[in-house]
Amino acid sequence: MIYFLIFISAIFVNNIVLSQFLGICPFLGVSKKIDTALGMGAAVAFVLTLATVVTYLLNKLLILWGLEFMQTILFILVIAALVQMIEIILKKISPSLYQALGVFLPLITTNCCLLGVAILVANGTEKLPAGITNPGLLEGTIFAFATALGFALALVLFAGIREQLSMNKIPKAMQGTPIALVTAGLLAMAFMGFSGVV
Amino acid sequence: MAKLESSFKNMVLSLTLITLVAAAGLAAVYMVTQAQIEAQKEQAQNAARIAVLNGQEGTAIECTADGFGGPIRLMVGFAADGTILGYEVLEQQETPGLGTHIVEWFKDTTKPGQNIVGRQATGQLTVSKDGGDVDAITAATISSRAFLRAINAAYADWKGQQGEQVEAMTGASMRVETYSADSCKGHHHEGQCCGHCEGKEACHE
Amino acid sequence: MSNAWKTLTNGIFKENPTFGLVLGMCPTLATTTSAVNGMSMGLATLFVLVCSNVVISMLKNVIPDKVRIPAFIVVIATFVSILQLVMQAYVPAIYATLGIFIPLIVVNCIVLGRAEAFACKNSIGLSALDGIGMGLGFTLALTLIGAIREILGTGCVFGQHIFSDTYGALIFVLAPGAFICLGYVMALVQKCLEHSK
Repeated sequence: MIYFLIFISAIFVNNIVLSQFLGICPFLGVSKKIDTALGMGAAVAFVLTLATVVTYLLNKLLILWGLEFMQTILFILVIAALVQMIEIILKKISPSLYQALGVFLPLITTNCCLLGVAILVANGTEKLPAGITNPGLLEGTIFAFATALGFALALVLFAGIREQLSMNKIPKAMQGTPIALVTAGLLAMAFMGFSGVV
Repeated sequence: MAKLESSFKNMVLSLTLITLVAAAGLAAVYMVTQAQIEAQKEQAQNAARIAVLNGQEGTAIECTADGFGGPIRLMVGFAADGTILGYEVLEQQETPGLGTHIVEWFKDTTKPGQNIVGRQATGQLTVSKDGGDVDAITAATISSRAFLRAINAAYADWKGQQGEQVEAMTGASMRVETYSADSCKGHHHEGQCCGHCEGKEACHE
Repeated sequence: MSNAWKTLTNGIFKENPTFGLVLGMCPTLATTTSAVNGMSMGLATLFVLVCSNVVISMLKNVIPDKVRIPAFIVVIATFVSILQLVMQAYVPAIYATLGIFIPLIVVNCIVLGRAEAFACKNSIGLSALDGIGMGLGFTLALTLIGAIREILGTGCVFGQHIFSDTYGALIFVLAPGAFICLGYVMALVQKCLEHSK
């Protein structure tokens, strides 16, 4: 039950893009077509879950050694290295998967979702349901995966809207980023309807 | 100076050096700021304690309950006879402009309907919508309910201590206890639980 | 002189990180719930930008090309961590409000972008000026959006009431307001730029 709540909360109520404002860059940048949005979403889901597990465990070591102040440096380096490694391994093991996700991998390092969720899970967050503020490894992993699903959902929905939008006439000043932002605002408003559910 | 070429030795050497210098610098800053960070945390706790006791003698109790947007963490001050001396919201994630009013709404002494400071705590404070006598924040009933749940739980906890330690309570004791009103949340849901939880055990089952 | 001046103003107007380059959108949307919050975030980023630009410019000849990105990330992350510690020590309230977006300055594209595009090719002095210019441009943009959202959402600016107490279109302080507000401000900027051309 609690895991189900984590899913609902992370995907809908506290959607990472539309209510937490993490990962806006890929949200605006890679959302012109549904296909690419799906690819990006899958790549993020994969890396985010893995990165959260690794950083969670490393954070335990940092606390053990009293080096919490090194957290930011360590996390970003680990994430960067991890993305590189995944790219290399994927290339060797599953070329087809690499074809599908490969293009998105280099973009992911600077996706603030990754570092953001890693920090949230390691330091504890109020965004988990049922009063869990310091998630364990299992809860943290599920939270990370659900967050990535939320990211993918927002991205795909948004891409769908933008595909339609591109066929419409838009005032010159609003073209490009402005209209995308206003559209995202309306989408965020729809997601606000979920608040208080969990 | 010419740019270093990207030989393996150079790459490893320069990265290692940069990382070492960075770590050393960071460690130095950490040592310098450490005492100040601790002092700030201490001060924040103390400031809340002093504020909730309103300059009077009593006990400060910390308590949390699940609000609309996340946990609401409060510190409540009780006088020896159970009068609420004051409260401070330590942490909350309520909707800005609506639920966030819990910070000051319930201590507005000019509006007796919503003010709880100076009231005798009963452990049964509820909003008027639920048959109680505390006016909820307009358009933020869930936040108000959660707030009162936290207050009630704090009272229950305070009362529990009173039984054991009546003698120890003389002097300006300021004790802080942490206790979650919603530790039982996995089993029942919003609003059902903690109004009638008498103590911790009832919640933990 | 003119070169230095150009570098400084470049970030504030011509290549404003928010309106011109459209970088660093996460903190721009998340921390502009009020003018003060927006300004604090802008200044925090300014600090990291200037420090990292200066250090990277200093080190540009000892960092081999192939490992420059990891080296930049280490430098930036170090300054972000220093900032975190200092803010926790002296302005804990602001640190708590900005929360996770302080450590996330590491992945702010502006900082890495300036390191890569400017600091690793230019002198220390110019890099510092570029950092200041970009940082100020970012701060101005965030303060502006913060002020607009605060006025529309709560009727205040910098905590001072402008409209009556009872006014409040809360949606502007909430998440959707951030997107919509930034969208319209950007459209306005585009419109103005178009006219000035």
